[in-house]
Amino acid sequence: MVKEYLTVSHIAGPLVLIEETSGIKYGEIAEIELATKEVRRGRVLEVTGDKALVQLFEGTTGLNVYQSRVRFLGKGIELGVSTDLLGRIFDGLGRPIDGGPKIIPEERIDINGNPINPTARDYPTEFIQTGISAIDGMNTLVRGQKLPIFSGAGLPHPQIAAQIARQAKVLGKEEKFAVIFAAMGITFEEANYFITDFRRTGAIERAVLFVNLADDPAIERIATPRLALTCAEYLAFEKDMHVLVILTDMTNYANALREISAARKEVPGRRGYPGYMYTDLSTIYERAGRIKGKEGSITQIPILTMPEDDKTHPIPDLTGYITEGQIILSRPLHRKGVYPPIDVLPSLSRLKEKGIGKGKTREDHGDVTNQLFACYAKGKEAKELAIILGEAALTELDKLYAKFSDRFEEEFLAQGEEENRSIEETLDLGWKLLTMIPTSDLKRIRDEYIKKYLKQESPKSEVQRPKSE
Amino acid sequence: MKKEARIIKVSGPLVVAEGMEKARMYDMVRVGRMGLIGEIIEIKEDKASIQVYEETSGLGPGEPVETTMAPLSVELGPGLMSGIYDGIQRPLDIIRDKTGSYITRGITLPAVNRKKKWDFIPLVKKGDEVRAGDILGTVQETPLVVHKVLVPPGIEGEIRVIKKGKFTVTQAIAKVKTSSGLKEIRMLQKWPVRMERMVQKKLPPEVPLVTGQRVIDTFFPVAKGGTACIPGPFGSGKTVILHCIAAWADADIIIYVGCGERGNEMTDVLLEFPKLKDPKTGRPLIERTIMIANTSNMPVAAREASIYTGITIAEYYRDMGYNVAVMADSTSRWAEALREISGRLEEMPGEEGYPAYLGTRVAEFYERAGRVICQGTKNREGTLTVMGAVSPPGGDLSDPVVQATLRTVKVFWALEDRLAYMRHFPAINWLNSYSLYLDNVETYLGKEIASDWMKLRNIAMAILQEEDSLQEIVRLVGREALSPREQLVLETAKSIKEDYLMQDAFHEVDVYAPLAKQYRMLKVILELHRSSKHALEKEVPLEKLLTLKVRERIARMKYIEKKDIKEFDSIEREIKREIESLVERKE
Ligand SMILES: Nc1ncnc2c1ncn2[C@@H]1O[C@H](COP(=O)(O)OP(=O)(O)OP(=O)(O)O)[C@@H](O)[C@H]1O
Ligand SMILES: [Mg+2]
Repeated sequence: MVKEYLTVSHIAGPLVLIEETSGIKYGEIAEIELATKEVRRGRVLEVTGDKALVQLFEGTTGLNVYQSRVRFLGKGIELGVSTDLLGRIFDGLGRPIDGGPKIIPEERIDINGNPINPTARDYPTEFIQTGISAIDGMNTLVRGQKLPIFSGAGLPHPQIAAQIARQAKVLGKEEKFAVIFAAMGITFEEANYFITDFRRTGAIERAVLFVNLADDPAIERIATPRLALTCAEYLAFEKDMHVLVILTDMTNYANALREISAARKEVPGRRGYPGYMYTDLSTIYERAGRIKGKEGSITQIPILTMPEDDKTHPIPDLTGYITEGQIILSRPLHRKGVYPPIDVLPSLSRLKEKGIGKGKTREDHGDVTNQLFACYAKGKEAKELAIILGEAALTELDKLYAKFSDRFEEEFLAQGEEENRSIEETLDLGWKLLTMIPTSDLKRIRDEYIKKYLKQESPKSEVQRPKSE
Repeated sequence: MKKEARIIKVSGPLVVAEGMEKARMYDMVRVGRMGLIGEIIEIKEDKASIQVYEETSGLGPGEPVETTMAPLSVELGPGLMSGIYDGIQRPLDIIRDKTGSYITRGITLPAVNRKKKWDFIPLVKKGDEVRAGDILGTVQETPLVVHKVLVPPGIEGEIRVIKKGKFTVTQAIAKVKTSSGLKEIRMLQKWPVRMERMVQKKLPPEVPLVTGQRVIDTFFPVAKGGTACIPGPFGSGKTVILHCIAAWADADIIIYVGCGERGNEMTDVLLEFPKLKDPKTGRPLIERTIMIANTSNMPVAAREASIYTGITIAEYYRDMGYNVAVMADSTSRWAEALREISGRLEEMPGEEGYPAYLGTRVAEFYERAGRVICQGTKNREGTLTVMGAVSPPGGDLSDPVVQATLRTVKVFWALEDRLAYMRHFPAINWLNSYSLYLDNVETYLGKEIASDWMKLRNIAMAILQEEDSLQEIVRLVGREALSPREQLVLETAKSIKEDYLMQDAFHEVDVYAPLAKQYRMLKVILELHRSSKHALEKEVPLEKLLTLKVRERIARMKYIEKKDIKEFDSIEREIKREIESLVERKE
């Protein structure tokens, strides 16, 4: 029989203090029963002598000091897993909300997980084709990578994430895959966009959704990504699936973390976020990867909205310090009507090098990417110069680069939401744009590739294209 | 009545226990029924605050605490090389064999293999007088590393027994008659990580640590026994540079500390280093490398310990007379661990919540670097070079960790995100970075490479500085406002940046440039500059000079392999030929 305490003494923000307890363990779950018989769940944040400090996931609204009954369950929060999770929708604490049956779990797993032993990791090297040129060509995603999207309010990150989820595939392979979607504090409309899209494409059959909406309890968001990742680990490393995890919006997650920290009166770090946020975020992001001897993999695409589009804000900043690169969306590109508005210059995929090239994408990939980066950067610089000094100050070559950068945005970066480009199409498009630049300026590409892939664009027709020797 | 030592509080990695009268500062303790490893970091009466090196979920008041009466120490001896350990020196590869892909709790395993037998070759004989630091004999630890077995600290006397043959690390290999009796010596030793190992004396560093990175070796060298830091925002290239240095630097031993960073980066080293070959011997680089891996998601207190574990092992090999290099990626994560524990101790926070002693701790850590005369009668020289990445929030250099580090270290490699966006790697800013070892290493480089090495370096630096001020003018009034000579400076600066400073860590040849190649490359660029300037004086039009055919060869110079070093003579001849013909046509 679990002991019940009627000794709540203090309630502040999401925190509850319970006194005269015994045998309480750090991190275990507490259930608080309100006078209304409603039961809420929480987690022990600190135990001192006979006092236990509990953080309530569903908030403390309506809680009363004298009528609350508290039970400690002697274990951490667990997720009951089974392959029946596929195709189902749960709330932010893992309870079904799709009207479907209860899950009969194969096993129950603590949602905090354990760190992967670095010696057990396998380095991610398999190219994932997303069909989006700005990603495949310039900031390539590989299987097992954690690559966040840094977005801003009102930018089309849901569309991009859904497009990746629809189109992502590893070339030449048919394998078991799954998509796990964790929503934290996003609007009903945004969540609905994903659900509808998953239904439309049939992806829902292979998906598990954990949904905490904007009007759901904020502190619940602390648990949501962990539930999602526990589910992902089960499917990837016990059921051999290749799992894509989308976490949106990590900004809301971080804000929940800040709320708890403030309630505890901890010394705040930058902008009020707790000093341990880096470590906390890493316990989420590091749960991506590959493990030696296991078939499956976890690829993570966390999405966050940068407050004031500021990349140095602690949330994107600490995320960037943990993840293996970042895809940054740009408001100016969005205003110009470029979809997807990916700012390729500050974006980065750190695992790209080992995922591209001969036998993976195409031998010329690395060189072409470097050259496109260099030309686009130069073009943007020229355009900035033109703004200060006027067009006239530009040399002919500068003007060419400026033109290049426009076409790069219009033709290479921009594509349809349903457009699924193969990596060859992406690279060929890159080469097509590079014909604008004098060959002697293509310093980043090996001669052999220039000979092999560079086709002079002919203004007349495709057929009359001069053959290179 | 005497109280049992037991837990009264658990708050994340911090546990408070009472009944700890026997506790001593920095002693190791076993916490709770799971026997988690912890270290005492504060004592108030009978209450001790303990930082626990493992996840504390499931721990609660009332559980027992046991002190070991010994400080946190590392095991030292043959068998460390090629190993990978967590922040408190638990062998991660063996943990994996025992518990699988995930790290679980409460595991204790010896860091140094107890069963393996090593072939011990004695270097002293019965009757010899020895003291701490003297070499008793050697074992071949890996094909690249000869492990020297030293007389442990505190022992001095006459060799009574010295053995030869195969022994485990716990078997006696010698007996020494000391003033306090006969002492058995084993290959396995222990040393507390927070204590610097003794040396006879420190010397100023004189020889550069050749890294093969042009921007570092040429412009901002670090000396063997020196200290360097590499601060920069995320994605600017700290880890890539430290990996390159770990792979190619001309140190004998590398200790790589992954302190609160990514799991995959450690995996990368683990998978690559067995494949990369030491340029001198052709042996796999892993044979001279030890890794300490306490990734970001591993317990935060063990992260705090990891840099000490790393540097203590480094000192041990330095004491054998080796050139050891330690890289810590990233010291900011270490400082954050310090801050987290300090916060939970409710200490008075200083800047950005860091404890007031941050600066002292940073200084103490880097102070353990140096060129030294090791202990022992033979006056062996050893060096310990320390390089630390710093990861300031938003890349802001006013960060307390950056500032504390800059007050201590002698080399500053300033990474800049603007350069990284342009894919100019290594993204080390050539105007803000500095090295205070330039004077120290000048003599050596002048002798080993070329007497005009420093002169060339300074000319190149002057050109880069002039370019910076010229760019200012260009931004205001455009390029036409510059004289042909000034435009030539812009062009040469561009060449220095693109053809020299930029170095691709993922290109099989470019990744490592020996000093001889660096010298020839720089000489070519400056020779073209010098003779172009001369040609301008002879009224050769600038246009012609900027479109010289040889420029294409210069752009590809970085891909010249060591065996084709003659290629540089040919490039120099071509410069001469092309420019002379332009000048002749003018005359
Ligand atoms: N010398 C180099 N040559 C080629 N590419 C490089 C070089 N240095 C860095 N890069 C590129 O920059 C990326 C980021 O580098 P790195 O991982 O070293 O950054 P970092 O400063 O350690 O970032 P963090 O602080 O987040 O760990 C690399 O994945 C690589 O693509
Ligand atoms: Mg790094």
